[in-house]
Parts: sequence; C-alpha cells; structure tokens
Amino acid sequence: MVSLANPTRFLNLVDRIVPWLAAATLILVGTGLYLAFFVAPPDYQQGETVKIMFIHVPAAWLAMFGYMLIAVAALGTLIWRHPLADVAAKTAAPIGATFTFIALVTGSLWGKPMWGTYWVWDARLTSVLVLFLLYLGLLALWQAIEEPGRAGRAAAILALVGAVNVPIIHYSVVWWNTLHQPASVFRMGGPTIDPSLLAPLLVMALAFTLLFVLLHLISMRAEILRRRVRARQQTQIERAALVET
Amino acid sequence: MPDLGPHAAFIIAAYGVTFVVVAALTFFIVEDDRKQRRLLADFELRGIRRRSASTPAKPKGGTAEKPARKRGP
Repeated sequence: MVSLANPTRFLNLVDRIVPWLAAATLILVGTGLYLAFFVAPPDYQQGETVKIMFIHVPAAWLAMFGYMLIAVAALGTLIWRHPLADVAAKTAAPIGATFTFIALVTGSLWGKPMWGTYWVWDARLTSVLVLFLLYLGLLALWQAIEEPGRAGRAAAILALVGAVNVPIIHYSVVWWNTLHQPASVFRMGGPTIDPSLLAPLLVMALAFTLLFVLLHLISMRAEILRRRVRARQQTQIERAALVET
Repeated sequence: MPDLGPHAAFIIAAYGVTFVVVAALTFFIVEDDRKQRRLLADFELRGIRRRSASTPAKPKGGTAEKPARKRGP
C-alpha cells in the first residue's frame, strides 16, 4: 500500500488492472442481467417489479460506499497527507453522485406501483436525498477552488462533516417509522430474501461494485494526468516569462 | 424478453435510466482519460517534462521520484 503512494507506481498498476477489471465487470453485468430477467421468479407480493431491486439496492449500497470512501480519503488528506487521497476523494464524488441519483430515480419508479407515490418525505428517502446534495456540494467546492491542494482540504472537511449522514441513512428505517422497508440483506439473523432473488441481487451488487472500482481507477488516472498537464503548463508559462525577460 | 406484467413501463424505465446514466458517466470518464493522455503526450513531444525528469537520476537506489512526490501527483 505504501508503495502505491507513489503516483507513477499507482498509474502502472492501474494500466495493468483496468483491462481485466473491465472484462470481469462486463461478464458479471451480463450474468446479473440474465439472472434478473430470465431466472429470478416474480415476488409473491411485488410481482415483476421486484426486478427493479436488482439495480436499486446495489446503487443505494454504492451511494453510501462512495461517500465512505470519500470520508476515509478525507482523513488521508487531512491527517496523513497521502498524495493520492485527495485524488481518490475528488474522483469518487461524481461516481457516488451518479449511483445516488440512480438509487433515487429507480426507488421512485419502484415506489409508484408499490406505494402509490413516486416520493414521500420519510427518513430513508430524505436522508438519501441529503446524501445526493452533499455529493453536489462537494463537486461544487472542488470546482470553486482552483488550486487542487486547497480545494482538497476544504472538500475533506465538508466530506467528514457530511459523513454523519451515512449511519443516519442506514439506521433510518430502524430509528423512525418509514414507508421504506427495513434492511433485508445485511441484518442480524441473516437475509430475509428468498435465495432465488438473493443470488441475482448479490451478482448485480458485485457487478456494480466492480463498475464503481473500474470507473474510479480510470478517473483517478485521468486526474493524476490532469495535474501533470497542469504542472507542464505552469513550466511552459515560466519558460515563456524567462524568454521575455 | 420475459413478460414483465402490468408494471412493465416502470421496470423498463428504471433499467433504461440506469443504462443511460451509467453509459454517460463511463463515456465522460473514459473521454477525459483519453484527453489528458493526449495533452500529456503533446507536452512530451514538445520536450516539456516534469522538472524531476530533467534532473539526472542516481545510478542505483536513486531518489529520482522523490521530488515528484513532494509536489503531489
């Protein structure tokens, strides 16, 4: 891990991993979609709408995973000053925001036929909306401050403050009386979902996770290269100024 | 395509939105990666390198990469 603190070594590793990760992601997404549409039976209460669960639940898990990743990276920026921590946090934000958006939209599309409404201001839905707004706030902050180091430190503070929302999202269905159902996979006593529906869900969750990691690694590589381009532009400006004097 | 029942439109919309959004995100990330590679290659062609790359490296166990780490990625 320590050797990966060197961006050049990290880039070499990403170059080697990305093709394999892309292939594994494609295979898992294909397998997950096949299981979801051709193997998984309809739910005894929800019918075929249970198929929305196979994208909604993984997206919601990754929405929280993405924010936790940013929070851990924020610690890396503020405490250890890890050279890649700020890069990891900045590049995880748009991906996490995208998965949060997917969780919100697919949740609404699942809610309408099951609850009779697209949206209700209950604790789970509202806290996920707050998470989406936190992601947008982080993205705006990175855009607002030009110098990457300063932007990284400011965003790290906001990320750590916002991290309190993640356990609120997780326990919202326990602490408050919500329309959203309680946890049915990661719970004491084991999952309450029938294995015929649990298997496609876990395959899709793994596929989404690999997709997240794949996009994050490519995005981190692009960000490192962007900073190198920026350094060269600076060098070019300095050289031009020297020539003029 | 299996029969998706009376709520097929909601299921198709959910998968459709997910596909479009993920495809757009993937496109922007991959395109950005390519753009940065192109820009960096252009600088290399014009001989504009990192300052650490222009300083001579030690023959063995050198610290050629350390100055780059100090300045960040």
